[in-house]
Amino acid sequence: MEVLLSVILGFMIIGAIYALHANDLLSAVIAQGIVGYGLVICFLHLRAPDLAIVQIVVETITLIIMVAVVLDSSRKELKTPAGWKGTVNIILGLMFIGFMIYFFDMATASLELFGEHSMRMSQTYVEEGAQRTGAANLVTGVLWDFRAYDTLGEATILFTAALGVLTVLRLKGKK
Amino acid sequence: MKGLTPIVKKVAQLMSGIICIYGIYIVVHGHLTPGGAFAGGIILAGAFILLILAFGSEVVKLRKEETGSSVTESLSILATLILATAGLLIGSKVFFNDYLPKGTVGELVSAGAVPLYNILIGIEVAAAIITIFLALIIFKEEEEQR
Repeated sequence: MEVLLSVILGFMIIGAIYALHANDLLSAVIAQGIVGYGLVICFLHLRAPDLAIVQIVVETITLIIMVAVVLDSSRKELKTPAGWKGTVNIILGLMFIGFMIYFFDMATASLELFGEHSMRMSQTYVEEGAQRTGAANLVTGVLWDFRAYDTLGEATILFTAALGVLTVLRLKGKK
Repeated sequence: MKGLTPIVKKVAQLMSGIICIYGIYIVVHGHLTPGGAFAGGIILAGAFILLILAFGSEVVKLRKEETGSSVTESLSILATLILATAGLLIGSKVFFNDYLPKGTVGELVSAGAVPLYNILIGIEVAAAIITIFLALIIFKEEEEQR
């Protein structure tokens, strides 16, 4: 399973790099879709169908909106010459990547191997979740019973996003 | 916004009903099968987005739809909060307290208030996505008119 996941992750990285360097913005958007749909296959192989359904639907809607935006504005990427600011940005980015790799290595050293996680927290959920919440789908049971506050927060974020879009687009339209 | 050709219109008409039913199924069976409020809500929104893209509409009509969808969104999240706050009044006085009877595991009407939350949040997610989409379309149309 790990080999297959590595191959899909490699494809996703290639797609992301191509999306950064493509001259045509439409092909950049399509290449970015590789990342999303690759993640769907990863979720399916890790036996998470709930996440896979959400990811495939969100990815499709995002692609539709992005393609509409690209077709409406320009398809050519606007290239600005990189001055001394560009070099400073690149140096800062490389330093940040170094920091990230260092701390990531420190953090992963204390974890178990891939696929061998300890079940201290989730043991109770898995064993007693079905009879305590009454939901056959354990994910929904956890979402709306044990972790209902989190889910309410997610719904509120979506509500706030819609509110923000309405406010920003209205203000500019009124001028 | 202009509509597309008759072929696209007919296919969208035939498909969107099926997509709508599938979204409703995902939301209602959220506590039994994979999926749930978020996935089903976005599928429902997708059916409406397909219809709007295929048929097109006038700005005035779109704005009416936008008002409707934003009101639906706000009302459904308000209903969720009321249902959650009702747990403070009944039973063991805890926010999000599930006071409804659990029923047998695996039946459609079971799991207490979980299906109700699923349906309400499904409506909220669908309405929010449609609102964002319509706001973007209306903004573009208004800019073209000026």
